[in-house]
Amino acid sequence: MFKKSRLIGEYFMQGDIACAEGALAAGCRFFGGYPITPASEIAERMAMRLPLLRGVFIQYEDEIASIAGILGASWAGAKSMTATSGPGISLMTENIGLGMMMEAPCVVVNVQRGSPSTGLPTSWGQSDMMQARWGSHGDYGSISLVPNSPQEFFDLTITAFNFSEKYRLPVFIMADALVGHMTEKVVIPPVEELEIIDRKYTNKKPEDYLPYDYGKNLIPDFAKAGDGYRYHTTGLTHDKRGYPNMTFECQNELVPRLVNKIKNHVDDISLTEEYDIEGADVIVISYGITSRTILPAITMAKKKGIKIGYLRLKTVWPFPEEKIRKLSKKVAGFVVPEMNLGQISLEVERCAHNDSIVKLVPHPGGGIHKFEDVLHAIEEVAYGK
Amino acid sequence: MANNTAQLQEKSHPMEDLLRMDRMPHIWCSGCGLGSAVTAFVEGLKKAGVSYDKTAIVSGIGCTGRVAGYLRLDSYHTTHGRAIPFATGLKLANRDLTVVVFSGDGDLFAIGGNHLIHAARRNVDINVICVNNFIYGMTGGQNAPTTPLGAYSSTAPFGNYEMPFNLVGLAAASGASYVARWTTMHARRLTDSIATAANKKGFCFIEIVSPCPTVFARKNNGGTGLDMLKEFQTRAIIDHDADPTTIPLNMDNEIVCGEFVNDDRPTFWENVQAGIKARLEKFANWEEMQSNSRKISHKKDRKYTSSRDSSIMRRNT
Repeated sequence: MFKKSRLIGEYFMQGDIACAEGALAAGCRFFGGYPITPASEIAERMAMRLPLLRGVFIQYEDEIASIAGILGASWAGAKSMTATSGPGISLMTENIGLGMMMEAPCVVVNVQRGSPSTGLPTSWGQSDMMQARWGSHGDYGSISLVPNSPQEFFDLTITAFNFSEKYRLPVFIMADALVGHMTEKVVIPPVEELEIIDRKYTNKKPEDYLPYDYGKNLIPDFAKAGDGYRYHTTGLTHDKRGYPNMTFECQNELVPRLVNKIKNHVDDISLTEEYDIEGADVIVISYGITSRTILPAITMAKKKGIKIGYLRLKTVWPFPEEKIRKLSKKVAGFVVPEMNLGQISLEVERCAHNDSIVKLVPHPGGGIHKFEDVLHAIEEVAYGK
Repeated sequence: MANNTAQLQEKSHPMEDLLRMDRMPHIWCSGCGLGSAVTAFVEGLKKAGVSYDKTAIVSGIGCTGRVAGYLRLDSYHTTHGRAIPFATGLKLANRDLTVVVFSGDGDLFAIGGNHLIHAARRNVDINVICVNNFIYGMTGGQNAPTTPLGAYSSTAPFGNYEMPFNLVGLAAASGASYVARWTTMHARRLTDSIATAANKKGFCFIEIVSPCPTVFARKNNGGTGLDMLKEFQTRAIIDHDADPTTIPLNMDNEIVCGEFVNDDRPTFWENVQAGIKARLEKFANWEEMQSNSRKISHKKDRKYTSSRDSSIMRRNT
């Protein structure tokens, strides 16, 4: 059974393990990691599964080595992944920037804990959302997916690999300890029902190949180490040959491209779930585990006769700006419950501009929102207080 | 100067097949030892007979970090200190490659010191070439983990207060399969060492003691690059039997060179393979017994699996 690259059928499965199984189903064959609560189960599962699938599992000496290692493996052509929690991500951020600059596809899982610093290792939070977007220095486009159940942890891990391969960048999965340690039913569909995307390898000859030459979609074709292309790649600002070029012109061509290759494909990357959006007065915007813990408040609001809509972001970054802008012209306001003291609500505020009210329902993590608080916020927005 | 370069480019360069001639001239100062080190590397690769298409080079940051950019191989210029874990990932994901890390003493032993000792401990099949110039060159001559006690640097204006690392000693003590030290004066022996390491499995470490006339010599009355080479010539001795942990470098002692370690230890990947094989033979259906996620729809299966699980636990404890 464990020699199978995908388990098929229904399982009673922990979120972290579902993530590992999703990675294997997507074709991940290299895992480099370092133990950290609450993400260690992903490493443990990979340690057991990968060797039997001719993959590589390596427990590195720290998180910095882990991210550097998966970037190296990515250049060797492997689909690679690492999993950690907030403190580990903080260590990884420099090399995440390298991955963005080198355009190396890989997946970074952040099973969020209560933060800052060591925070609440065994408890949950959603306070690393801005770090996922802006963690590493400099401008770059980034993708973050947020699951709210073990099933979705499985599904979005596959999606994360697909996006990373398609757009050539490290993709974040921003789970949290509650989703990671929750055990629920997970259905793993048969092979043919999963969509798996692989990176586009160049069909050019080595003498014609330029590692950073791009077409209309702004994404360069890939060549892996050992195939005779003998290309150069660097974290320095580089031209199409991959050679360092310390000029404004080169910087001005490269960095906007790194941002635009994601910006131009927001429609493809942005995944949302919505109910009763049409004609709603108030829309609750949530993501991750919060989207489940606040459901009673929405039910109560509906019973009270408030026209309430529900928008859940599976893709938080890139932020669905256009969607929020359009909605903000139709509704009285948004309620944003999140397990931090205001991160994604800032984005909603930015997009809503002055068209509608945005009400944050903060929570520091380590518990769940009281539904009364959320209900109160919904009422405040609905009745225009 | 520009004229000379043009002339050189017109005639074909003897190392043209391995150098990115379109990136010449390089950024290194005159008198720097990196030219000799790169030449030895190129000649060593030729001598080793490895496929250039299957050779990858990884560098960190610094003067030596620029080496990757000048070699016409699959070349990766990574972040400061992280060349070794990057190379480990590259090698393990494509085990046909010969992976060489080419970086400086600051990159490999200060910011990247942890990665070096762990890669040596694991005995990952990569080669690490460390050009030791005793100082941070690119950033303007600050203290390095190799700066001799008492030597001057721009962050040690009263002389360095810290004991330096003995690089070969550290690599050998961490478990490297092959450890050698040469100066850039020992061009032929260095080339041989690089060729030996290219065909040797396991973690190979070569220290190249190199002159830095621009910052190290200037701050320490070392003279020109040529003067430093003369000094290496007088101070260097070759002793293959020397214990690498007992031959630190300082300002005026002997520079003991040689191949100090040349062992055959199982590599990381060999150990992985052996471990899996042993485990699978011991428990023919081990992987099924290890299952901790059971199918909901087959309750009989679940009972069977869990009872087998606990019996294994008993046997192990």
